[in-house]
Amino acid sequence: MIHSPLASPPLFFIGPIPITAQVLTTWAIVALVYALCRWISRRLSIQPGRTQTLAELLLGTLQSQIRDTLRTSPAPYLPLIGGLFVFVLCANLSSLVPGIEAPTAHIETDAALALIVFCAIAAFGIRSRGLIGYLKSFADPSWIMVPLNLVEAITRIFSLMVRLFGNMMSGAFVIGIILSLAGLFVPIPFMALDVLVGIIQAYIFSMLALVFIGAAIGDEAPHSLTEDA
Amino acid sequence: MNSINWVEIVSIIGAVVAVSFGAIGPALAEGRAIAAAMDALARQPDASNNISRTLFVGLAMIETMAIYCLVIALLLLFANPFLH
Repeated sequence: MIHSPLASPPLFFIGPIPITAQVLTTWAIVALVYALCRWISRRLSIQPGRTQTLAELLLGTLQSQIRDTLRTSPAPYLPLIGGLFVFVLCANLSSLVPGIEAPTAHIETDAALALIVFCAIAAFGIRSRGLIGYLKSFADPSWIMVPLNLVEAITRIFSLMVRLFGNMMSGAFVIGIILSLAGLFVPIPFMALDVLVGIIQAYIFSMLALVFIGAAIGDEAPHSLTEDA
Repeated sequence: MNSINWVEIVSIIGAVVAVSFGAIGPALAEGRAIAAAMDALARQPDASNNISRTLFVGLAMIETMAIYCLVIALLLLFANPFLH
């Protein structure tokens, strides 16, 4: 029997708080990304080397994506969206390291990320329209739509969480099943597929967060793409 | 055969049915979406950035239906509220 993907046994306790392997992996990813960013930003120069060019390419791509989607200046949204993208990307790809399970393959990490997006949507919406204007936007076409809009605000965050969890967990699951059925080197093409899925899911997670924020801040943003199930 | 066994059997069959039939609809929908995107790309190669971004986001949303079925199947198998 394969162990349940919904359970995560605690490794040790800090006071009353149980610490699981995913939390440790998350801390390690955060520390590594922070150290890498400090290392790159300390050695900035006018004539960029290889790493600085790569970092500037990533930053420029993120800025142009945000500008294309929101049609405003990307500066207020870049830290959140870029942080989400880099963290989810590193978390998805961390399963390539032997002995480490991707933290996003457990639903608690995804729930925390989705909660961040939920709070960010409300915060950006209130900052852009004011509290009254943001609450009024729930009754957008008419007041009949209020319950439907409230349900949509919850379900789209829920689907954001379940999508990342399902994709990453099913990848690990398929590799486990094939390894137990076929043998040592057979799952390698599936691991390559898993890398592709991880990159695409990181992109989709940050893009959907961006689209939801765009719908919350209102008029400047295009209103397509916001109807989620 | 007591009643607890029946719950297990029905849960396993339910998980299989959920995944197998739940995958049909999203598969057809993704095929249609990609075909439409290919058509649009062939007509307007200039708009490829916009089209592929919309395609990826749309595919993710379609795929969510299949993922829901997968999660229901996992709940039936690993976190069944009727089994203890």
